[in-house]
Amino acid sequence: MSTDLETIQHVTESEYKYGFATDIDTEAVPPGLNEDVVRLISAKKGEPEWLLQWRLKAFRHWQKMEEPTWHNVHYPPIDYQSIIYFAAPKKKAKSLDEVDPELLEMYEKLGIPLNEREALAGVAVDAVLDSMSVATTYKDKLAEKGIIFCSFSEAVREHPELVRQYLGSVVPHTDNYFAALNSAVFSDGSFVFIPKGVRCPMELSTYFRINAQNTGQFERTLIVAEDGAYVSYLEGCTAPMRDENQLHAAVVELVAMERATIKYSTVQNWYPGDKEGRGGIYNFVTKRGICAGRASKISWTQVETGSAITWKYPSCILKGDDSIGEFYSVAVTKNYQQADTGTKMIHIGKNTRSTIVSKGISAGFGQNTYRGQVKVAKGADNARNYSQCDSMLIGDRCGAHTFPYLEVSNPTAQLEHEASTSKIGEDQIFYCNQRGISTEDAVSMIVNGFCKEVFRELPMEFAVEAQKLLAVSLEGSVG
Amino acid sequence: MSQQPILEIRDLRASVEGKEILKGINLTVNPGEVHAIMGPNGSGKSTLAQVLAGHKAYEVTGGEALLHGNDLLEMDPEERAREGVFLAFQYPVELPGVNSTYFLKAAVNAVRKHRGEEELDAADFLALVRQKMKVLDVGEALLKRSVNEGFSGGEKKRNEIFQMAVLEPTLAILDETDSGLDIDALRVVADGVNKLRGSENGMVLVTHYQRLLEYIVPDVVHVLYNGRIIKSGGKELALELEEHGYDWVKEHAEEVGVGQ
Ligand SMILES: Nc1ncnc2c1ncn2[C@@H]1O[C@H](COP(=O)(O)OP(=O)(O)OP(=O)(O)O)[C@@H](O)[C@H]1O
Ligand SMILES: [Mg+2]
Repeated sequence: MSTDLETIQHVTESEYKYGFATDIDTEAVPPGLNEDVVRLISAKKGEPEWLLQWRLKAFRHWQKMEEPTWHNVHYPPIDYQSIIYFAAPKKKAKSLDEVDPELLEMYEKLGIPLNEREALAGVAVDAVLDSMSVATTYKDKLAEKGIIFCSFSEAVREHPELVRQYLGSVVPHTDNYFAALNSAVFSDGSFVFIPKGVRCPMELSTYFRINAQNTGQFERTLIVAEDGAYVSYLEGCTAPMRDENQLHAAVVELVAMERATIKYSTVQNWYPGDKEGRGGIYNFVTKRGICAGRASKISWTQVETGSAITWKYPSCILKGDDSIGEFYSVAVTKNYQQADTGTKMIHIGKNTRSTIVSKGISAGFGQNTYRGQVKVAKGADNARNYSQCDSMLIGDRCGAHTFPYLEVSNPTAQLEHEASTSKIGEDQIFYCNQRGISTEDAVSMIVNGFCKEVFRELPMEFAVEAQKLLAVSLEGSVG
Repeated sequence: MSQQPILEIRDLRASVEGKEILKGINLTVNPGEVHAIMGPNGSGKSTLAQVLAGHKAYEVTGGEALLHGNDLLEMDPEERAREGVFLAFQYPVELPGVNSTYFLKAAVNAVRKHRGEEELDAADFLALVRQKMKVLDVGEALLKRSVNEGFSGGEKKRNEIFQMAVLEPTLAILDETDSGLDIDALRVVADGVNKLRGSENGMVLVTHYQRLLEYIVPDVVHVLYNGRIIKSGGKELALELEEHGYDWVKEHAEEVGVGQ
């Protein structure tokens, strides 16, 4: 999360030497997307030919695709030719005085240190704020175990054979409109590789990655865990990030080999737009993991409170026998936010098991849709799935929708689905009030109680922050 | 302490959905006193309790209620609670997923904060809770569960009194806490209530049964009938009611012209 000017300079300078196009020395690539822009991005990043070709293939495919319309979200058409696709320098405020006071208030409530608030709000700061040194220390420690944890660009430079082997192996560029777009223009992201039998000794977090700030828009993450490896990865930050880029289309790919476990936790708190529903991020994300080996496990946990639109279905392909897929989700929509989120569990191997726990909270005019698919292939003997989708409504102008899809081609499959919708009752609030507890605290208590099964899956520190975040985001939505 | 009443209600009127339920209630609770309120179903006992606690479904249309001389009706429900008003609900609600210990700690600290006292940390709070658990014969298991979720009727009632014991209110209003309790539980709850009884606080017990009043001996018994207190007396009044039923008071009240 560093916005160290030095780092930025360093990055820009290093791009110079790979320059080939005439306008390489200007920071901003003109808006719009064509093959030249894709080439320019690749060149600026000094990428090898195979990656350029990979991007171009994706781009050509994307051109032939149509933007999906099946989801339950509504937004004005996106003009893809008006977007700047590379290194768009963020519009920076000169000081905190220029930043939305509500955002600042939220930082204060979340207890974010002053110096970090500036960076989060996108104020130009020249002090190194967090973890340059922390990151390096950790990196050394990880390297000892053979763990690779670096930016995607670095991985392309330092470990091209690994990137080439796995890139697009879980989410091919043909997968969907936004994944194709990402494949053509992705800016940067994270790469993690855990070798055979290694248990990663710490939670890996994008927080510790140096150039996270500039990579939000078209981020690409790839995590590979070899046989018997374990890793827990944390994405995001509980602080709301101000971002001028309205469209975000990230891709995350996870590969778990035999007996490997990957736990992927997200707290997403991008700018949700204002109270009238103006502005806010469109978050179209493709996340998928493959349990490639026997008895492997992939577990997604997400807490989604931000973005004007969230379109996201972290999924598991359970290919290895005895493999396990999990999806734990809390999605909050308030004001005019819309979320269409859920998961796909694709059972291919025998004795594969999956668990889905989805908690949707809607307040204000928020619309929350759960969309989940459980697919059991012919050969997936004894596959089991448990799905639980709970919705909570706060007020009576919001909505909750549930679309479970089942596709079962094996008679031995056992599927269980539970769903519930509840409202925070006036009487519940009054009961808390009568014990001296304020309405705000009461709502946060009740909502956190509702989300308990999901928070339990988050690493301790993250869980505490997520609870606080939830309380802050729902503030004022009752009474 | 001065002899200022804890609670003073004068000509209190309240309605719900446009229908008048309380039609002029007068009641004074002095420090150290326990008042019992009896009366037939639908006479307005719970309404009175809810109005005092500040439930916004009930509209106060007249009269006043003072807590230690301060306007109670002006205060938000949470402020009333922090000022020492406790209502043991006739039907305690469930709070799924909200841990009982966490809930109670939040309640205790809200009151302490209001009084300008330091908030209790986990250890001090646990010590306090353990001591009260013993008094009320509440098992630790109950505290590990979500507030009232899946509790039996009796467990819910006992939990209300347990919360009361932990919060030590100055004005406790118990709305039919005895209904649904078995004999042993009734005795335990009564013990708890009696322990809280002191020269500094007051209590209002809403009940249908004389039995509770054998354990918690009231200073005054009132009969609430159709939104008014039509008769008040000593503890013998409860016995008489049990014997003769409400019609007897009603006739009696009509004779003296307080009925309607
Ligand atoms: N929220 C409400 N909405 C509509 N009517 C109400 C409401 N609360 C109370 N009432 C009505 O007000 C009257 C008094 O009710 P209240 O609950 O105060 O009686 P009660 O004396 O406590 O009776 P019980 O002994 O059965 O508990 C009843 O007719 C009841 O239906
Ligand atoms: Mg009642």
